[in-house]
Amino acid sequence: MDFSIIFDNLPLLFKGLGLTLQLLIISLIAGFVISIPLSIMAASKTKWARIPAKSFIYVFRGTPLLIQIFIIYYGLSQFEWLRESLLWGFFKEAYWCAILAFALNTAAYTAEIFRGAIVQTPKGEIEAAVAYGMSRWDQYRHVILPSALRRSIPMYGNEVIFMLHATVLAGVITLVDLFGAAKILNSRYYAPFESFISAGLFYLVITFTIVFIFKLIEGHFLKHLKR
Amino acid sequence: MTEIFGGYLPMILKGMVVTVEVALLSLILSLALGILAASARLYGGPIAKAIAGTYTTVIRGIPDLVLMMLIFFGGQVLVNKVGDKFGWGYIDIDPFIAGILTIGFIFGAYMGETFRGAIMAVSKGEIEAGHAYGMTSFQVFTHITFPGMIRHAIPGFFNNWLVLVKTTALVSVIGLEDMVFNAKVAGDTLRQPFTFYVLVGVLFLLITAISDLAMKWLERRYKIGGH
Repeated sequence: MDFSIIFDNLPLLFKGLGLTLQLLIISLIAGFVISIPLSIMAASKTKWARIPAKSFIYVFRGTPLLIQIFIIYYGLSQFEWLRESLLWGFFKEAYWCAILAFALNTAAYTAEIFRGAIVQTPKGEIEAAVAYGMSRWDQYRHVILPSALRRSIPMYGNEVIFMLHATVLAGVITLVDLFGAAKILNSRYYAPFESFISAGLFYLVITFTIVFIFKLIEGHFLKHLKR
Repeated sequence: MTEIFGGYLPMILKGMVVTVEVALLSLILSLALGILAASARLYGGPIAKAIAGTYTTVIRGIPDLVLMMLIFFGGQVLVNKVGDKFGWGYIDIDPFIAGILTIGFIFGAYMGETFRGAIMAVSKGEIEAGHAYGMTSFQVFTHITFPGMIRHAIPGFFNNWLVLVKTTALVSVIGLEDMVFNAKVAGDTLRQPFTFYVLVGVLFLLITAISDLAMKWLERRYKIGGH
């Protein structure tokens, strides 16, 4: 094994790393924003709010992300009206298709985590909010969501790691993320061990960093639940 | 009937058989590795514990596709290096085998954690009672710990299985003709990529739905009275 290939190509790998982190962060933020209303709808007692949200979550959690990204990036080109519309500027770019697919996917998983936490909100907390004369909106804003989101932190940490690992699919649709960079090195030098072991180590380090960050966040926000 | 999907439906269904085969064979491998890993972490000596601990941590820290590429391309290099010495000529690694090995290897780590948790959930009192009856450690395991842990392992096991099924979509990236691969061929030929990727998405949902039914059945079967 000759790891000098890796040292000579560190700039490429670091550029890939940059794209991986960029894709991860943008999709997580977008996914989080979508997941909040989605989780409230999915936890709702009203049918017309619950059924669409639950269907969205079911479909996105039940199918492979690879299929979702293929439908958006390759599939949508089937429609001529879309290719001729202004939206095509967005959908022809692998970058935006990847972000859209990642964001919708993580939104579904995150919404399911939040929905579970909302449903399990202790009754006393909600009764206290009602007793204070809070409107439904205020109950969500000041009591239910802050409480549910805090309790979701450990599960959400796992979701962030899953998303990090899922970003490799960007490398499948031609983008040069960390995985894409490793693929290029492998085909250029025919060096599968060097390329993929190095990429694997990069991912391992990011994974451990995320785990560490979430330990800190948990320590801060879940102090009151520790015994 | 065959005329819908331009006559390509049989090809997609053939791909679905490959998908299910890969999933089931990887499942068997992952169960074997999972039991090994869990036993090593719970009952093994310090070396076995360290190896199993590293295995579960490292595998869960690296994206599946990176591992798959490593095994597929790396295995190719390795086999041919050995082959050169013995004068075998060029050997191709079968993507079917590479896919099963990788997916089995990855989910072995997840299954290991599921089984470890399930074994730890079996109550100490039951195990002590077994010993008090004069059972050997092996008898305690086969008659008490193992049947007891199954119940606790079912939810985690099914969760792993559902993720595993979706992960099989990745074998299309290394060229195995599963249903995702065949959908690409059919979609490109007929210029209907959207139609075929959506069809495959629906078939994945079908597998998920059937698995859900199987899980409900198993949970009922292993439930004990009063729980």
